[in-house]
Amino acid sequence: MDKNSTAGSRLVELRDLKVAFDGVQVLHGIDLDVAEGEALGLVGESGCGKSVTWLAALGLLPGKATVSGSVKLEGQELVGGPRSVLEGVRGGRIAMIFQDPSSSLNPVLRVGRQIVEALAAHRSLRGEAARAEALRLLDMVGIPDARLRFDLYPHEFSGGQCQRLMIAMALAGEPDLLVADEPTTALDATIQAQILDLLIRLRRETGMATVFISHDLGAVSQVCERVCVMYAGRIVEEGRVAELFAAPRHPYTRGLFDAIPRLDGGRERLIPIPGTVPNPKHLPKGCSFSPRCSRVDDACRAERPPLLALDNGRKLACIHPVPPAEALPVRVPVEALA
Amino acid sequence: MTPLIEARELVRIYQIRRGLFGRPSPVRAVDGVSLSVMPGETLGIVGESGSGKSTLGRMLLGIDDAQGGQVLFEGKPMPALHTAEWRALRARMQLVYQDPLAALDRRLTIAAQIGEPLEIHDLLPKDQRASRVAELMTAVGLRSDQADRYPHELSGGQRQRAVIARALASRPQLLVCDEPVSALDVSIQAQVVNMMRDLQEEHRIAMVFISHDLKVVRNIADRVAVMYLGRIVEEASSDVLFKSPQHPYTQALVSSVPVPGQLLEGRVILQDEPPNPANRPSGCAFHPRCPIARDICRSVIPQLRRIGDGRTAACHVVAGEPVAEAA
Repeated sequence: MDKNSTAGSRLVELRDLKVAFDGVQVLHGIDLDVAEGEALGLVGESGCGKSVTWLAALGLLPGKATVSGSVKLEGQELVGGPRSVLEGVRGGRIAMIFQDPSSSLNPVLRVGRQIVEALAAHRSLRGEAARAEALRLLDMVGIPDARLRFDLYPHEFSGGQCQRLMIAMALAGEPDLLVADEPTTALDATIQAQILDLLIRLRRETGMATVFISHDLGAVSQVCERVCVMYAGRIVEEGRVAELFAAPRHPYTRGLFDAIPRLDGGRERLIPIPGTVPNPKHLPKGCSFSPRCSRVDDACRAERPPLLALDNGRKLACIHPVPPAEALPVRVPVEALA
Repeated sequence: MTPLIEARELVRIYQIRRGLFGRPSPVRAVDGVSLSVMPGETLGIVGESGSGKSTLGRMLLGIDDAQGGQVLFEGKPMPALHTAEWRALRARMQLVYQDPLAALDRRLTIAAQIGEPLEIHDLLPKDQRASRVAELMTAVGLRSDQADRYPHELSGGQRQRAVIARALASRPQLLVCDEPVSALDVSIQAQVVNMMRDLQEEHRIAMVFISHDLKVVRNIADRVAVMYLGRIVEEASSDVLFKSPQHPYTQALVSSVPVPGQLLEGRVILQDEPPNPANRPSGCAFHPRCPIARDICRSVIPQLRRIGDGRTAACHVVAGEPVAEAA
């Protein structure tokens, strides 16, 4: 796993990516690289811009959105590019799956046909070849009795199986990057574990890069090698999963960890992050997190800290970060990750 | 002490039909569930979708009636659905749903909705209602200037607070909460869980807390019942259950919770999906997914048995016929 994380060449480069809806800026300049075969996690509360980042990169935002900055796929610019370029990328080079699989599947088409359609669009496969390939994909994502269930409709599958079908469709174009937007949030815990397992296995088998968008830090730590924490439309902390999870430095990251109830704990009081994510129309002056931060002082309210590089590939945007000494391992077996 | 609410051998059967002209076939959504909740106690109910946990919650309140068994409130049988007695009793037990936007009326202000139970049950003189609503809003952490807002103007966390304030308006003794914090971000979830615990301690409210999120249940519940396909398969105090789950299903559930910093490897990942309740496996319903199933599991339904530590489990292997326990 290690070789993919740093050595791989850059597949996707986001530079100063900005998005505004009706003049209200929601994404404030995202710089982000995804290496070939890498598994990158994006975490943060709802409304922090995790999904918008990738919808913008793929040109999937509605017309009222203004996108600026640069998104390059192996050097090819996607922002503002012609429709034909984007259509070649979507599904073929970069595929995306969403939280609610049933809303992404066509309810009145048989599932086999939907996958065959994707194969025809991306790989020009027809007839028996397409059917055989669709069956192979269904097997690959773990749909039991794929041959018998090829002609069933989406409602005849459970939520977890619909998510598998979505993944099979995403794989139809043999993408170099799979963007998975909260793919397990709507699923039961046991099924969630199965889907995470599947995502890990598919990356190992196909070598495609994965961007895993989730607010579940536990799930992210299982799937990803590197993680970016987003808050109010900016990246506030970035690093390798092992290091960042062992010692989160941004008070927001730390707060996200502390808020998770512990299965091995008792009935102690939870430690919430006070307040809510700010309205993008009225961002606080200085650091956006300052009104909710326990380590805030006047400097934080006066000026917004830039995202600066620390050692070993970590980045941090905070004037008063959690000292490394205080940032004790949040969960124990870190060496298992290294 | 009499339990506040007690369920005895509850059964709920739905008739489903396959296709438009198919023959209806019975589905036992809740299949012989017994439980009790003491005043001020929190009972957590966990299980996957389709395990019957929400149906059970609705049956406890008498919203869904039982085809078998009965519910006792303070030792007395629950009055029949929609009678005057049942309505009066409903003021003392309330339901909180997962989706606050669906539970709130989009055309009424938050204050009007929180005050509605007072009106419906005619609990306070008109002139005192406004101050009670203000008191409730403070209790759940809503600001007074939010009283005139409409549901869409509030965040998810604030809406859930409003729903909880409304549920508390009639000073209930029992709150049935069905996935109350599942739709919230962890940061906000922690705020709401803390608030619910404070309110519960202050007013000694008993709670039935239904959730698929084991971490939250671990934190809020005194006792936990694990359901699988309409039956309770293990029940114990929260401490005992999570420290040493015994039933193989409970073990798999606990093991499947992703913990930051722990890899998936070495964890029990259950294969397959929970079976369809309409097509219930013979014997122990869990046996097709169970790693330790034996022959007997395929034919005989295991009954709940006490196995020490105040724990009951329904499993031939871990709670079989009296086995000499190792000291």
